[in-house]
Amino acid sequence: MLRFGLVLKKAVQVIITLFAVITFNFLLFRVLPGDPIRLIARAGNLSPEAISRLRDLFGLDKPLVTQYFYYLRNLFTGEFGMSYTYRRPVIDILQERIANTVILLAAATVIVVLIGVAAGVIAAARRGSKTDQSLVVTSLVFWSLPTFWTGLILVILLGVYVKAFPVSGITTPGASFDSSFARLLDLGKHLVLPTITLAIVDMGQFMLITRSTLVDVLTEDYILTGKAKGLPFRRVLWGHAVPNALLPIITTTALYVSLVIGGAIQVETVFSWPGMGRLMYDAVLRRDYPILEASFLFLAATVILANFLSDIMYMVIDPRVKEA
Amino acid sequence: MSTLLDIQDLAINFKTRSGDVHAVDGVSFQLEAGKVLGIAGESGCGKTTTALSIPRLLPSNARLVRGHILFDGVDLMQFSEGEIEKIRWKQISMVFQGAMNALNPVKTIGAQIIEPIVWHEPAIARGDANQRVLELLERVGIPAARARSYPHEFSGGMRQRVMIAMALACRPKLIISDEPVTALDVMIQAQILNLLKDLQKQMNLAMIFISHDLSVIAESCDEIAIMYAGKLVERGSIRKVFSQPAHPYTQALIRSFPNIYGKQELIHGIPGYPPNLIHPPTGCRFHERCDRCIDICAQSEPVLREVGEGQIAACHRIGETLP
Ligand SMILES: Nc1ncnc2c1ncn2[C@@H]1O[C@H](COP(=O)(O)OP(=O)(O)OP(=O)(O)O)[C@@H](O)[C@H]1O
Ligand SMILES: [Mg+2]
Repeated sequence: MLRFGLVLKKAVQVIITLFAVITFNFLLFRVLPGDPIRLIARAGNLSPEAISRLRDLFGLDKPLVTQYFYYLRNLFTGEFGMSYTYRRPVIDILQERIANTVILLAAATVIVVLIGVAAGVIAAARRGSKTDQSLVVTSLVFWSLPTFWTGLILVILLGVYVKAFPVSGITTPGASFDSSFARLLDLGKHLVLPTITLAIVDMGQFMLITRSTLVDVLTEDYILTGKAKGLPFRRVLWGHAVPNALLPIITTTALYVSLVIGGAIQVETVFSWPGMGRLMYDAVLRRDYPILEASFLFLAATVILANFLSDIMYMVIDPRVKEA
Repeated sequence: MSTLLDIQDLAINFKTRSGDVHAVDGVSFQLEAGKVLGIAGESGCGKTTTALSIPRLLPSNARLVRGHILFDGVDLMQFSEGEIEKIRWKQISMVFQGAMNALNPVKTIGAQIIEPIVWHEPAIARGDANQRVLELLERVGIPAARARSYPHEFSGGMRQRVMIAMALACRPKLIISDEPVTALDVMIQAQILNLLKDLQKQMNLAMIFISHDLSVIAESCDEIAIMYAGKLVERGSIRKVFSQPAHPYTQALIRSFPNIYGKQELIHGIPGYPPNLIHPPTGCRFHERCDRCIDICAQSEPVLREVGEGQIAACHRIGETLP
């Protein structure tokens, strides 16, 4: 099953990939247009002395290789530089924003995966029935909805007409809370609309993938063996079919975690949620390179980590996965 | 000896887009406790359909048109889903084709063997159930330590042994083996056949043994039923049917098998193809391919008649062929 050597091998691969990404990230931001000095200064006419002092200060007069090693050293000490726009250390801003995004995505991901997979299992178990057909159609419709549009419609319906939930931000501005429970409740209310938006748009793919995988698995011979053993269909389904359908679901989840950040940019923008998505969106508009650089790195690391975890899960679930 | 299984006039259709497939049409046979019945016939003649209909495992597009399946005197067709589930494996278990993916790839073989035991005997102590799994494995020649292995860690022959151990898990009265040695190489075939035969004798099991290989059936069965295009064309003891085959199809089938003792010669295939089962031919279903076909064969359907002691066949020309 889970063999230590194999996990170690995967971990080494992860570290190598991370290094490649870090290096690429470093080079990318060196070749991007725009003189860093000008970007920092944001002023038209610096004296040549001032410019050379700044170059010296940031090590920009050093050869690229030396800069690369500085860069690595800084990464390991959590030194990501100063944001041009916020005038604060990037690491501080990032920490705040990542926490907000994780709150948003964790809730959405759990809902999306659980409900999507459950709906897929139900549809596959009753393949061809009215339930199945309506689930498939609903999923396809939801899947094709644009995220920002769905968000706006929800804002109009549940935020403006019904006034059930707040439509922007993460807390009520200016509010003071008597207890931490009240604070949590306020956060929860703000979470509802963005979470529903993400859930609606992304549930469909989990439902469809679960359904199609399971429909295939249910035609396998060992499913007939399960029935021949006298197990009721429910047990054959959950005991034999679903475990064999898990692998594609795990892959989809890993991909989802990587891709959901993209969806998060839209949702966070629509709902003014102060998370990573918003941060990057604003940073692009304002050409805040240090923020972008750190964000890219963070995203890449998330993707790599999600894939690593899914590889490990593969090994746990499928005994046939030995090398990959 | 008591009759364990009594199949009466079984007819099964499959609904398909192009029409109803008359896969089994009027098949009857009896099986006594402790006896082995072989079912032979070309691919598509309805062997698997007949077999799966007994524990009611046919796919959802199958329809029972007519017939009864009496097991221990009760009609399995009248049972509710919950009642038939109690019969499955506990009384009637199955061995599927060796090359088939009949074992779940993500579960250890021990877990798969113990599953029906604890399901059908909920009162059993875990230790006793484990003990039985180990005994079963040793019985089929697999070291008990391999209970924790996964199916892909076994060869085809070993997997088939696992399948047999699993089929014995609840000490059933009847085992249905559908092509249990097909797709295994000849040496392994012989081993698995011997194992099945030994276990069948030791445990006094009744067995239905499906194969399109007559030599395999000749070796392992007491009786044989020959099917053609959904019909039972001949049935009788192995000795009778092989020494005096009455139906032209049986004769052709026996001729088409190479005799390893006889001189090397080209195998006599049966010319033509089995008929379309959506619109089966009128009269005898075999008449288009039969070298002894006469006018009546295309018009009226022959009924099964006694042709010798405990041997029946359905052919219009039987009277003439008998001495
Ligand atoms: N699910 C199904 N839907 C439609 N037709 C089917 C289905 N299963 C079997 N058939 C048809 O029923 C007939 C009998 O099939 P069956 O599998 O019983 O044959 P068989 O004798 O077991 O053949 P083989 O030696 O190839 O296993 C065939 O014509 C087959 O095409
Ligand atoms: Mg078959």
